[in-house]
Amino acid sequence: MIHLETGKYGFFIWTAYGISAAMWVLMVAGALLHSQRWRRRAEALSRK
Amino acid sequence: MTWAPAFLTNPERFMAFSRWAAPMFGALAVAAGVLGLYLGWSAPPDYQQGATVRILFIHIASAWMSEFVYACLAVASLLALVWRQVLADAAAQAAAPLGAGFTVLALVTGSLWGRPMWGTYWVWDARLTSVLALLLIYLAYIALRASMDDETKGARAAAILALVGAVNLPIIHYSVTWWNTLHQGPSVFRSGGSALAPVFYWPAILVALAYMSGFGSLWLVRIRGEVWRRRADAAALRAARG
Repeated sequence: MIHLETGKYGFFIWTAYGISAAMWVLMVAGALLHSQRWRRRAEALSRK
Repeated sequence: MTWAPAFLTNPERFMAFSRWAAPMFGALAVAAGVLGLYLGWSAPPDYQQGATVRILFIHIASAWMSEFVYACLAVASLLALVWRQVLADAAAQAAAPLGAGFTVLALVTGSLWGRPMWGTYWVWDARLTSVLALLLIYLAYIALRASMDDETKGARAAAILALVGAVNLPIIHYSVTWWNTLHQGPSVFRSGGSALAPVFYWPAILVALAYMSGFGSLWLVRIRGEVWRRRADAAALRAARG
């Protein structure tokens, strides 16, 4: 059974998890966009 | 570098390897993360720390990764500097923003854990200060590479900075032993066994495995991006020369 109750520490716990989740989203999106952007550019240039 | 596997030195083989390895590491990260967090949140609150013990799982993982990624960056920088390995240079460049991200997470989650446990978000003790120094080294590495028009010179300067900055790793690791710090001493890997109860130890290990696999996946994706970028630059140069 999952214990989701955090009592008086809720702010600290959920902020820590929220910031961690946001950072992961940022890192995943950043890596994928960086790779896709340069792949498209390299392929477009090689076709010229 | 005849001792190194071909997929680490040959860009073509690396691209073929990373095409399946990156999603595989990503899937492993999601599986380990879901299981680790499920077990971690299923454990009862700690008898001393209460519910704040839930921050332990993500704080330990990000703190370990901040150091591990820097070690990867330093080794890749050494290979790039000594053997002029193009892939190693791409690997070092790709690791830096990820390492900076993990270090920010280690500092922020530690701070949010410290406030209810220590009564303060921040103290200038040896552990916290040396981790802040690690973040500044990551940022300096990224800035140095970006600041030079000559990419080769920028890469060499940044590699030297990365190797000098590696001195900080043992300082971070042993800071809680060498100095009297507010931050607790080693609690997971220490002589005499872990100080964590198994209900917290295994979730912490699983989440750390998830962070490491996630890093592995994102690192490969970013290195692929660097390989594409260099190919695009080479193609643009060829086109400019007619």
